[in-house]
Amino acid sequence: MSELRWRSRRGMLELDIVLGRFLDRHEARLSEDQAKAYLGLLEYPDAELWDIITGKGEPEAVEKPLLELIRMN
Amino acid sequence: MEKRKFDVAIIGAGGAGMRAALQLSTAGYKVAVLSKVFPTRSHTVAAQGGITAALGNVTEDNWLWHMYDTVKGSDYLGDQDAIEYMCRMGPQVVYEMEHFGLPFSRLENGKIYQRPFGGQSRNFGGDQATRTCAAADRTGHAMLHTLYQRNIQAKTHFFVEFLAIDLVRDAEGRVLGVVALDMEKGEPLLIEARATLLATGGAGRIFQASTNAFINTGDGLGMASRAGIPLEDMEFWQFHPTGVMGAGVLISEGVRGEGGYLVNGAGERFMERYAPHARDLAGRDVVARAIAIEIHEGRGCGPHKDHVLLKLDHIGRDEILDKLPGIREIALKFAHVDPLEAPIPVVPTAHYMMGGIPTHYRGQVVVPARTGPEEAVPGLYAIGECACVSVHGANRLGGNSLLDLLVFGQAAAEHIVEFLKENPTSPPIPKEGPDLALARLARWDRREGTERVADVYRDMQGIMQSHCGVFRRAEVLEEGIAKLEEARQRLDRAAIDDHSKVFNTARVEALELENLMEVAFATIRSAAARTESRGAHARDDYPERDDRNWLKHTLAHGDGTIDYKPVRLKPLTVPSFPPKTRTY
Repeated sequence: MSELRWRSRRGMLELDIVLGRFLDRHEARLSEDQAKAYLGLLEYPDAELWDIITGKGEPEAVEKPLLELIRMN
Repeated sequence: MEKRKFDVAIIGAGGAGMRAALQLSTAGYKVAVLSKVFPTRSHTVAAQGGITAALGNVTEDNWLWHMYDTVKGSDYLGDQDAIEYMCRMGPQVVYEMEHFGLPFSRLENGKIYQRPFGGQSRNFGGDQATRTCAAADRTGHAMLHTLYQRNIQAKTHFFVEFLAIDLVRDAEGRVLGVVALDMEKGEPLLIEARATLLATGGAGRIFQASTNAFINTGDGLGMASRAGIPLEDMEFWQFHPTGVMGAGVLISEGVRGEGGYLVNGAGERFMERYAPHARDLAGRDVVARAIAIEIHEGRGCGPHKDHVLLKLDHIGRDEILDKLPGIREIALKFAHVDPLEAPIPVVPTAHYMMGGIPTHYRGQVVVPARTGPEEAVPGLYAIGECACVSVHGANRLGGNSLLDLLVFGQAAAEHIVEFLKENPTSPPIPKEGPDLALARLARWDRREGTERVADVYRDMQGIMQSHCGVFRRAEVLEEGIAKLEEARQRLDRAAIDDHSKVFNTARVEALELENLMEVAFATIRSAAARTESRGAHARDDYPERDDRNWLKHTLAHGDGTIDYKPVRLKPLTVPSFPPKTRTY
């Protein structure tokens, strides 16, 4: 699971904080599928990922509920 | 230990490292780039403003005017040979990026879009210049992606999620490569290289309030310091006046440009007292210092009077939604206030490190030796924020850091090519070469400890914030040094709980904290020693600039001693700009 932590380290402080908060709250309860989906989301470049989190863009294949959890942080 | 051999090892895959890598790979050399994170997630992505170069696309311009502004902006501490080189090369490196495919914004006539930034003038201090080239508000992001794609085509070899541990040197002091930790396997890797280039970026995480991403832990500076290389001008840190209280996320100057202003605990618009004309739009160092004084003198806001407020609700709902949507998003997420209705709590926040590893203007690391203050370290180079070349001196101008990355990325690569031609083979690595690095790694295998890394990390940041932030006085700094010494001893007694191999982030954070500790000490010792105010270093007890005694660069050694060396006042081809009072 540390892999999720490390890949949540980003070039933008905004993402470091939001993703860190998300993991603090939900990491322990993520299903294998959710963890996989989350890793997929982390593949987006920083600027696009920030757009996705702030609702300016939509990702291709990430389940909505996971995205909603991240957006709440 | 696994071993790989390359012509050049580059540590760091931000704009500087990737610009140098591209040049070297294209020239046919075997280049390894090591990065803690995926290359396009380097902190260069956070550079929104743009890249300054005298293209003259909007207003008439001249690289010499850019040079004048940069020398003046540096409060005359910048080296004028390096500044001349950077400003003269500016247009060329921007056009190169254009050819590489960087999607610059365009003017109506199709030329690269340029915007005006603070500190830019025409004709040596005359009217405002319009000099900063931009790709919307994502110039750094665009630059990083362009360079990464080009490097892939040029067959640069990337080692992704590798943390560099220490340099490998021989008895003569030549640098022969680096030992890195493969984070996925948890195993060390020795990279043997004829030249090693440090491009590890800033170290803003030494402060509690910082705009820097979590990866900015000064790894290259720690490695240099442990290898006996002093760090230059570390007392000079640029504080952005408006970081969100508690989070550090930046609220750009754009808000004040649109009419937002700062108020203190009494509701007073205090910038009118500090800068009657420019008010909230005065230079970053002026506004940051004003906020620090308000807080220090008990006029802060909130129950702890530890911040001021940035008010923008008077701008109007429609204007905010139209022109500042990103800022509203940040305020909602990180300050939990809606700026349509309530002001944003802000504090001065560490943003950029002007100091770093000492180099000359072609990127080679230089140290004091018997022959003089600037003898080259064979095989070692440094560029970008981790280096002190020094073009920013005591204060950096906006848009000059992306320029610094490209110009010195290219210059260092050119020097490395010459060095490789003169040194077709590298000396053998002595058996004990990797020992320093391996001992550092082994130290965190220890299971007994009375301190936790996270506690020491947090305390170090608190000490630096309150003792070496914007507000500096002798007794405050000295007390900070004593507290930091205590923190360092606690770090010696610390252990980590997690001893797994794969992606052991606890071990990585402990290794990063050791680097930050080197940077923090160099910073606070240099700040305590410099008894004048210049650029970003403002001493409450020595408020004036003192050229007679302090027109010199600080060199802070890892053993706690401090040296100085002269500022290079002589440019390469043009007359010098002699120190004058800096007013705007």
